[in-house]
Amino acid sequence: MSVLLFLAAALRISVPYTFAAVGASLSERGGVINIGIEGIMLNSALAYTLGAYATGNPWVGVGAAVLAGVLTALLHAVVTVGLKADQITSGLGINLLAAGLTKFVLLQVFHSSSNSSRVVGLPDLPVGALSRLPAIGAVLAQPMVVLALLVTLGAQWLVFRSVFGLRLRAMGERPEAGAALGLSVAGYRTRGVLLSGALAGLAGAWLASEQHCFTDGITGGRGYIAIAAMIVGKWSPFGAALACLLFGAAEALQITLQGSAFPNELLQMLPYLVTMLALAGFIGRSVAPRAIGIPYDAEQNA
Amino acid sequence: MSAGRARAVRLLLPLGAPLLAVLLALAAGALFILAIGEHPVEIYGLMLSQSLGTGYGLGQTLFKATPLIFTGLAVALGFRCGLFNIGVEGQLYLGGFAAALAGLAMKSAPPLIALPVALAAAALAGGAWGAIPGVLKARFGAHEVINSIMLNFIAMALVSYAGHGLFQHATVRTAEIAPAAALPRLDALAPALRGSPANAALGLAVLVALAVGVLLFRTRLGYELRAVGWNAPAAEYGGVSIGRTQALALALSGAVAGLGGCNFVLGYKHWFELGFSGGVGFLGIAVALLGRNHPIGVIVAALFFGALSYGGLVINQRVPRELVEVLQALVILLAIGSQQVLERVARRMQA
Repeated sequence: MSVLLFLAAALRISVPYTFAAVGASLSERGGVINIGIEGIMLNSALAYTLGAYATGNPWVGVGAAVLAGVLTALLHAVVTVGLKADQITSGLGINLLAAGLTKFVLLQVFHSSSNSSRVVGLPDLPVGALSRLPAIGAVLAQPMVVLALLVTLGAQWLVFRSVFGLRLRAMGERPEAGAALGLSVAGYRTRGVLLSGALAGLAGAWLASEQHCFTDGITGGRGYIAIAAMIVGKWSPFGAALACLLFGAAEALQITLQGSAFPNELLQMLPYLVTMLALAGFIGRSVAPRAIGIPYDAEQNA
Repeated sequence: MSAGRARAVRLLLPLGAPLLAVLLALAAGALFILAIGEHPVEIYGLMLSQSLGTGYGLGQTLFKATPLIFTGLAVALGFRCGLFNIGVEGQLYLGGFAAALAGLAMKSAPPLIALPVALAAAALAGGAWGAIPGVLKARFGAHEVINSIMLNFIAMALVSYAGHGLFQHATVRTAEIAPAAALPRLDALAPALRGSPANAALGLAVLVALAVGVLLFRTRLGYELRAVGWNAPAAEYGGVSIGRTQALALALSGAVAGLGGCNFVLGYKHWFELGFSGGVGFLGIAVALLGRNHPIGVIVAALFFGALSYGGLVINQRVPRELVEVLQALVILLAIGSQQVLERVARRMQA
């Protein structure tokens, strides 16, 4: 029973990571590093809160979160794909922007520097008999858990089985080859970034819905962990989701062991250490798409 | 077009992008100020006069600029070698922690020993932390950006762990360091700065900027470092070891960042406090960008961001100081964006 509770907690914790990591893989497969995931999630969590606060309807909040995610990602796309500026710097800029902006809006709307008013969360799904499963049932009834599963499957299909995915990957590996086929490198890369924004938006919505409010810095570095999971998962949506489950389990273990003699900080480090080991090639080789981080300049490739 | 105009474009380009970015960011900030019913000119005027116009304000600006000089230099050192050191935040944090540990340990040492040892501890801790992604890059080709982000988080967790037995009861800070390890306040020298926390770390920052300038532009190592950053295969062909140079560059970058932790720990509070770094490492990236990776540019940009930071506190009664965070972020995005646009315009004009 306690094993089931633990698994349920791990699954629950991994939801925002999964959305964000799967999203990041879509951006990076197209050749655009998206370190701005953290900021996108932050903006989206606030957008969920504002939407749910204004209407009382959590789904309006989810819509607002996705919209905010896409708009924030659009800024990243304009700077990195449109203007061809450095992707890592742009992502960091977006994270700092979101940190300042959300605090600014929080103060203006809710007159607090720490948290918003309470808002509604997402309702459970009518999953019938499933919900009677011990521990796991309650988690499976969460719409975002189901959605995260569907998104992972869908993204895996999109990247590796669809024409769009084939072309998207071409833009991340050999953009000049894609361009030679008459495809728009900028178009595909932008779509990859926007998709990652929409998914990071869902991650932000989940965080605010879970807490029933927005708190300052609600993302707490989860965007960076999601990127780490994507790397450990070797830039594939499936792999990313599995790594998210692993990281979620590590976090669930922290909660389980809280108050025990085992130092929590050491468990906290686990995802980061695993990622560094994966990057160094100790856990299979994690190789990024070949053209990642390099702006595509048609003039130079003409 | 004339050769004269082409030269003017080349000379103005390095200044143009940073200035354009700052102006556009301030314009965007004015919209925020208007949106909450305040007057942009009044607010900006208040920020300017309070952060530069009074002795105390100037001292505050210098104090806030000091760690940014260190972090800006650290990021610039990496950039010059073609490396992105995002780990400056964690390196500075660990540097501050090491300085505090050294300062706590040297209860009976004279200042001539205690202070240099505390500073060396900071540089060593930051340097070691910076060397890790450097060595991983050299040895395994692992991307330094991701590794240094991971190391930022690991540094925070490590310090929290190490702090358990160290922090004062029910606080998140250490005891006070030995007075001999403290950096003196500047108001002892310049009474006009009275009451401000500006301290001798500022002088150290300027010295380090000078040293970084000499290293980069007057030494063999600096030449190799820039050669690897400019064109690594060509540098290797010329006999430079890419891996060794990259690892060394990141270690030096980390050491500079580590020293930055001394402003707070040795110069201001005289203790280490959880989370004291508060993002100055990330702002260092903005400082390096705006300062064009040049030591003089870094100092100027750090002063600008320092004034902005203190200016934000001054206006907080009327406009949330988070406005400054938004401005700083916009400067980053606009600086890299306008750089690309201006370069393209310049290319077109010269074509």
